[in-house]
Amino acid sequence: MSRKLTIKAFKYNPLSKISKPHFVTYELEETPFMTVFVCLTQIREKMDADLSFDFVCRAGICGSCAMMINGVPKLACKTLTKDYPDGVIELMPMPAFKHIKDLSVNTGEWFEDMCKRVESWVHNEKETDISKIEERIEPEVADETFELDRCIECGICVASCATKLMRPNFIAATGLLRTARYLQDPHDHRTVEDFYELVGDDDGVFGCMSLLACEDNCPKELPLQSKIAYMRRQLVAQKCK
Amino acid sequence: MNIQYSDALVIGGGLAGLRAAIEVAKSGQSVTLLSICPVKRSHSAAVQGGMQASLGNGAKGEGDNEDLHFADTVKGSDWGCDQEVARMFAQTAPKAVRELAAWGVPWTRVTKGPRTVVINAQKTVIEEKEEAHGLINARDFGGTKKWRTCYIADATGHCMLYGVANEAIKHQVKVIDRMEAVRIIHDGKKCLGVIARDLTNGQLIAYIARGTMIATGGYGRIYKQTTNAVICEGTGAAIALETGLCRLSNMEAVQFHPTPIVPSGILLTEGCRGDGGILRDVDGYRFMPDYEPEKKELASRDVVSRRMMEHIRKGKGVKSPYGDHLWLDISILGRAHVEKNLRDVQDICKTFNGIDPADEGPKGWAPVLPMQHYSMGGIRTKPTGESQWLDGLFACGEAACWDMHGFNRLGGNSCAETVVAGMIVGDYFADYCKNNGEVVDTNVVKDFLSKEYQYLKSLVDKEGQNDVFEIKNRMKEVMWDKVAIFRTGEGLKEAVNELEELYKKSLNVKVHCKELDAANPELEEAYRVPRMLKVALCVAYGALLRTESRGAHYREDYPKRDDLNWMKRTLTYWVEGETLPKVEYDELDIMKMEMPPAFRGYGAKGNIIENPLSEKRQAEVDAIREKMESEGKGRYEIQNALMPYELQAKYKAPNQRIGVDYE
Repeated sequence: MSRKLTIKAFKYNPLSKISKPHFVTYELEETPFMTVFVCLTQIREKMDADLSFDFVCRAGICGSCAMMINGVPKLACKTLTKDYPDGVIELMPMPAFKHIKDLSVNTGEWFEDMCKRVESWVHNEKETDISKIEERIEPEVADETFELDRCIECGICVASCATKLMRPNFIAATGLLRTARYLQDPHDHRTVEDFYELVGDDDGVFGCMSLLACEDNCPKELPLQSKIAYMRRQLVAQKCK
Repeated sequence: MNIQYSDALVIGGGLAGLRAAIEVAKSGQSVTLLSICPVKRSHSAAVQGGMQASLGNGAKGEGDNEDLHFADTVKGSDWGCDQEVARMFAQTAPKAVRELAAWGVPWTRVTKGPRTVVINAQKTVIEEKEEAHGLINARDFGGTKKWRTCYIADATGHCMLYGVANEAIKHQVKVIDRMEAVRIIHDGKKCLGVIARDLTNGQLIAYIARGTMIATGGYGRIYKQTTNAVICEGTGAAIALETGLCRLSNMEAVQFHPTPIVPSGILLTEGCRGDGGILRDVDGYRFMPDYEPEKKELASRDVVSRRMMEHIRKGKGVKSPYGDHLWLDISILGRAHVEKNLRDVQDICKTFNGIDPADEGPKGWAPVLPMQHYSMGGIRTKPTGESQWLDGLFACGEAACWDMHGFNRLGGNSCAETVVAGMIVGDYFADYCKNNGEVVDTNVVKDFLSKEYQYLKSLVDKEGQNDVFEIKNRMKEVMWDKVAIFRTGEGLKEAVNELEELYKKSLNVKVHCKELDAANPELEEAYRVPRMLKVALCVAYGALLRTESRGAHYREDYPKRDDLNWMKRTLTYWVEGETLPKVEYDELDIMKMEMPPAFRGYGAKGNIIENPLSEKRQAEVDAIREKMESEGKGRYEIQNALMPYELQAKYKAPNQRIGVDYE
């Protein structure tokens, strides 16, 4: 049996002189396996074409559509309406990122900056001759690197992070996971000392207060806490040398 | 007036655009890349199954090389491809995988010793060689002689995209996201750059460069049922079309993938079947062996999709509120395999359908139905990637018709094409930018900028009669109902007529939100939908005129592949003010082919109207091969004698493989 859903969406255009932050309520019929993506698409097509929000893959793999759903950051495309028993869903943009409009925030800029800060690429002096057989990697080692390479830069861990909200330059779980990923990858020849230079401070691995919301909310179920702890142990050991 | 200059300009931030931009950056030139979304969110991230490259590391890849990859690609294309390009591609693909490995892409590796796999629904043990241990592994995909698809679980595209995007940051590619190219600036001969609209604040900016590349992906969103991301609207190809100069080629060649999940259309990778998953009907019966005894579920995608629809038409589909569907069963692979190698598939099934595909029996079967998946057509280019009709405009990846896929693309070849074309075309593009295009007439640029502003203003000012979303949704329905897997002359005629009417209507829509200096999603629809309709018309009109069946283009009223009359590429272009595209053709020369047209090895036999030149050319090829083999010539020399092709020396170099070295 279908029921009525009430979607309350935050609307505000920071570039407009007359726009004021407010909520707009939309009512629609629920359908089986309805997601917030389906709701927002219907709202734009039938009720409010001006509502800004972001989707790309609509399949839970690209990370575009993270937003606050009843106070919790989630991927809207993977959020099923049936999980909200009273049928009322409140949507807000994620904090911690620059607000673009309505439900849309600028994650691209933040993540590009993060990638530059942790130098998110393989560091290696060797010239690779791509006509030759590739370097051998132990299969389990490749699998472990893959496990840490699965972050989709959705920003949910950033929006979940109390440290980040208090300390704007904090690199957040995603940035620390990235360092762990390259430390783990045998192609990258950086040492623990090199990573200490990048994230060995309060804006990096020593700023984390271990409140765990990053890992609780991560849609890819990445081992954020254990990797932050791992990086912290490595870097402390480095400092104490 | 905001004008930005750089040496090279790339439109589109998926794998192809990013990889090409790196090539330019490595040449020491400045490169700006515009992307409609943050680049790591590009549709490339959706590649699950993998990328084909003939490394030949695994036991099931032993003996693989460029020749086999080339032959599979040509057969897969149903002889519609450019064989020289297919050669360039097959030769470079192993290098692309190896380069990505060096950039940290965590390819799944070979473990020495016995390993249990599922082949033809049977558990089978294969033995991996000691000397292959730690090298890049490959899985099976449809239409290939060897297991050739390199992969990372089922998140291959994600890992490749991150590897390449991070490398682009390292090389200081200037990436500007949420920036949409809306018009190509040109002087009738040469491309000068683009007018782009900032999607965060509505600002118009002219990006000027010595060379411009379009790498904006496919046009799946003109269909109601598609696996494509919501950004795949074909507007990159459309702005090339709107120059009135560039040609879009083979737009009717649209691929349908057998196993998107119903109803969301999210793809379940071909890796499901490659790894041994099977298709079942309403009775739980595995029907594919009846239709394709040799390749079964692993015939090429066009063949499997048609067989599925044929089976549904026989009444063997499963009824559902979303129409009939079939089942995909991967539970036979075992829970451990699903949870390791098909984890995203499991996640998609669980989230969007409440099914755990690792559960044995009907409980774990996923509802699937063929849907639009890939655009073989696109902006027609030379093998260098440059447009034949507009100097300085390059295209690469799915947005281009380069043309290595012809009328049907093999799984794993598009993902490979993105990076391979990014390397090859990127290198030609970098050379072009270095050697061409000094003078820019700013009056031309100014003119384009002000025209674009006037156009957008006219869209919001107009008190039009029509609703843009209604037009868009109707277009998608027409395409799905009449220009999909099975096509008829009658249906296509109706489709062209209705699309033309919709196009006219789309010029008269009402935009409620009038703001030009802001993010305005409704305005975006108002300028994108007419472009999508132009693309849709190229597809439907090209399909109507092509009175044969080739690859994914299947005409029920012309079921045979007609090599006598249709060994040619469709070229469409658009004259401003018209409501239909103009069509011309480009002949494929059988006498220059390394592999003249023949039976593909799957699908219905005897379904070809033969061209006598095929036999003639085959005799020539056989004679050359026989003579040279008797003289003890190697495979590279023989290939060169059959069909010489140009490729940069760094990419043409032989590829080393275990056991055979560079042979």
